[in-house]
Amino acid sequence: MKITTDQVLHVARLARLEFTAEEAEKFSGQMGAILDYVEKLNELDLEGVAPMAHVHDVVNAFREDEVRPSFANERALKNAPDSEDGCFKVAKIIEGA
Amino acid sequence: MSADLLTKTAHELRPLLDSGEITSVELTKAYLDRISAADDKFNHYITVTGDTALEMAKSADETIAAGSAGPLTGIPIALKDVLVTEDIRTTCGSKILENFNPPYDGTAVAKLKEAGAVFLGKLNMDEFAMGSSNENSAFGPAKNPWDIGRVTGGSSGGSAASVAARQAVMTLGTDTGGSIRQPAAFCGVVGMKPTYGRVSRYGLIAFASSLDQIGPFTQDVTDAALLLGAVAGDDPRDSTTIDAPVPDYVAALGKEIKGLKVGVPREYFIEGTDPEIDKAVRDSISKLEELGAEIVEVSLPHTDYAVAVYYLIATAEASSNLARFDSVRFGLRESAGDLISTYTATRAAGFGEEVKRRIMLGTYALSAGYYDAYYLRAQKVRRLIAKDFSEAFEKVDILCSPVTPTTAFKVGEKTDDPLKMYLSDIFTIPLNLAGLPGLSMPCGFTNDGLPIGLQLMANHFDESTLLSTAYALEQATPWRGRLPEVL
Repeated sequence: MKITTDQVLHVARLARLEFTAEEAEKFSGQMGAILDYVEKLNELDLEGVAPMAHVHDVVNAFREDEVRPSFANERALKNAPDSEDGCFKVAKIIEGA
Repeated sequence: MSADLLTKTAHELRPLLDSGEITSVELTKAYLDRISAADDKFNHYITVTGDTALEMAKSADETIAAGSAGPLTGIPIALKDVLVTEDIRTTCGSKILENFNPPYDGTAVAKLKEAGAVFLGKLNMDEFAMGSSNENSAFGPAKNPWDIGRVTGGSSGGSAASVAARQAVMTLGTDTGGSIRQPAAFCGVVGMKPTYGRVSRYGLIAFASSLDQIGPFTQDVTDAALLLGAVAGDDPRDSTTIDAPVPDYVAALGKEIKGLKVGVPREYFIEGTDPEIDKAVRDSISKLEELGAEIVEVSLPHTDYAVAVYYLIATAEASSNLARFDSVRFGLRESAGDLISTYTATRAAGFGEEVKRRIMLGTYALSAGYYDAYYLRAQKVRRLIAKDFSEAFEKVDILCSPVTPTTAFKVGEKTDDPLKMYLSDIFTIPLNLAGLPGLSMPCGFTNDGLPIGLQLMANHFDESTLLSTAYALEQATPWRGRLPEVL
């Protein structure tokens, strides 16, 4: 299966990654080879087979909605690349604000 | 302090610690000395926590003196760097988390602290546990102590190799597609992947959430039973753990295996497997038969599809899990104007090539127009693979196979061909898809002196049979305690 470098760059945008032209070229070859390999799943007749998302037949695990201790503000922020006034700080996202 | 001390297992150290013949502080110092003498060569550790270790050892000695020691009190252990540790740097083998100091302990880590174990440090691994050789670590590859020019296996390379090199008594790793069993085989130690849901994943940095599981690396089966017992159990913080009682795994050891039905899956004995591995595994099967087990040939007909299923499901889950590395709450930030450019610049700079490749594959498999053809189809075939196992376990108690088609390969040998690297996991991946427990143990050596691993597999939550079978074999064969020359 052929994956074009344009497709690679499109998927990269979806995944918030970026590649040089040279990297995109390399990835298009490697992804194409891997997708060729997974084509073998088309050999199987999967009529009536239920998809398996989880190993055990468990359903939702519920608990009472009770207030429990959580991190103090400064603990939660201690790994933040940038913070201000007890909040995570990022670049401005609203134009003209 | 004699070097001999470093060859002892946790269960051998217990009476020495409890009788006061040695202290945990002495033992811990001996390990820290070993690490400072040997790890420049091996690169098994990303972070050594010397001061923390000595404090923990001191406190363990007090517990021992007070007569309230448990099986792991005062035992120096180490943790794969995918497990978050409170105020101890946790990198996940990645530049994006190079300076991450978690504000909490994961459940398995907290349980080991509670049990009085001593933390020597955090172990090398493939970045985000993605790899089969430890060559994808942002901190350089870990080296195999049996042959420094060969890989340790991966992704828990440091966890396996540090036990072999006696740089820790025992360690924890994680297994998503073989990441415990394969490096255990390459390094000649015991490695065990428990049933999915047996050990809490809270505080395990997620790669593929429906497959990841934490498990032990040890020098022998008894230590594996001890360490699994210490970390297993239900956890309200991981809704996929199962509320099943944790048996006394050590008590199950020593049970006779007469009448045990051992299945040999024919799809795991294929052309392309190293003949020395094939022979060592067949010798182990004969040994099980001598011990009274009944050998039954079985078939797991969908085995050949497992690698394809895995590289769709695991990458899809990874692409979703790794979306959290957005430079907002933790991790690297590469500022680049607006927010989306910052996300992109950060992830481009912080993730290594294999991680990017898997995020790309997963994003592609989940994207509009491809979801049915790839992800959904893979989930259906996953069901067939799981069904193969459940049908086999109606007939047998244990399955027995090689862990890997080859022994430890040379550093650099497979780095240019990702598909070839993925195919080296063919015997370990199916078990994760089915969520079953499996164990790798030494079963011989090649003429070149490289260790060979035997894989045993059991039904869901039947870790006791898995361990007792492994123990019976270990007692009847000469491989336990074979260690490489380190210094």
